[in-house]
Amino acid sequence: MSGIIGKKVGMTGFFGANGKYIPCTIIEAGPCVVTQVKTKEKDGYEALQLSFDEKKEKHTSAAMKGHFQKASTTPKRKAVEFRHFEESKNIGDVITVELFAEGDFVEISGTSKGKGFQGVVKRHGFSGVGHANKSHGQHDRERAPGSLGASSDPSRVFPGMRMAGRMGGDKVKIQNIEVVKVMPEKNILLIKGSVAGAKGSYVVIEK
Amino acid sequence: MSLLLDYVNQQLNPTVQHPSFRAGDTVTVHYKIKEGDKERIQQYQGIVIMRQNHPATASFTVRKISNAVGVERIFPVNSPFIEKIEVNKHGIVRRAKLFYLRERTGKSARIREKIIKNTKA
Repeated sequence: MSGIIGKKVGMTGFFGANGKYIPCTIIEAGPCVVTQVKTKEKDGYEALQLSFDEKKEKHTSAAMKGHFQKASTTPKRKAVEFRHFEESKNIGDVITVELFAEGDFVEISGTSKGKGFQGVVKRHGFSGVGHANKSHGQHDRERAPGSLGASSDPSRVFPGMRMAGRMGGDKVKIQNIEVVKVMPEKNILLIKGSVAGAKGSYVVIEK
Repeated sequence: MSLLLDYVNQQLNPTVQHPSFRAGDTVTVHYKIKEGDKERIQQYQGIVIMRQNHPATASFTVRKISNAVGVERIFPVNSPFIEKIEVNKHGIVRRAKLFYLRERTGKSARIREKIIKNTKA
């Protein structure tokens, strides 16, 4: 799968040809530099390492400086490995948004926004009880999970029981999402609909 | 707002030339309606009670009284179905969102008209 690294800019929308409103996510994607080519002989598997987003030299460690120098490029913030890249690339090659075309269906993965410690209603979609009127005899337990299981048999809670806890901040991949527009002059991809993550967070787009 | 976002909005939403109007004005919206494969234009006249200005989703709400029932309709400014917007009257109002009109009927729901002198004539 060929791919590219991008950064979420924000969301917008426009009216399409048939008058329908198309909401889209703006992604600043690439240009990415191939900073390492992993081979079966040397590394045990084949992959391309792409790097994206400028970084100041003074914030780069000497080891990383050397790594980027090998690809004769400036230091970058984000590096991602891609396996099974469709075309063969050499170290130092540049990959731009022109990899994608209008109407392509792609896969996009990003890190969702962290929601902190959340209860079962928000985290797992439990329905909760009643509304603000606290119906069905509820006094202060409208969003409680209820029973966790049976009694002395099995005398334990089964693993994987959905409970309250940390929500968000997970890697989320969206498949089969349409590329609405490609703007190579500003390295912009417009994706139909939403993509996981906050503005300014990195996403990986694969074709 | 980010420069890239502005750039994309400029590319996507070519500025549609509508006459300038604001909350309190009376407008007639000529709206294209598709019936099967035929297209006709429906006119909707009322008072603009709000404008919402976001580059991609800019819209305005028009309120009118139809058969003694208040009707509000939200139009996206960039909608391709808007044939044209006619400004019938400019009103004198002191706020940007005229939600107070919802609780009023009859005489108290009127808006004073702003007379704009035509400097050319």
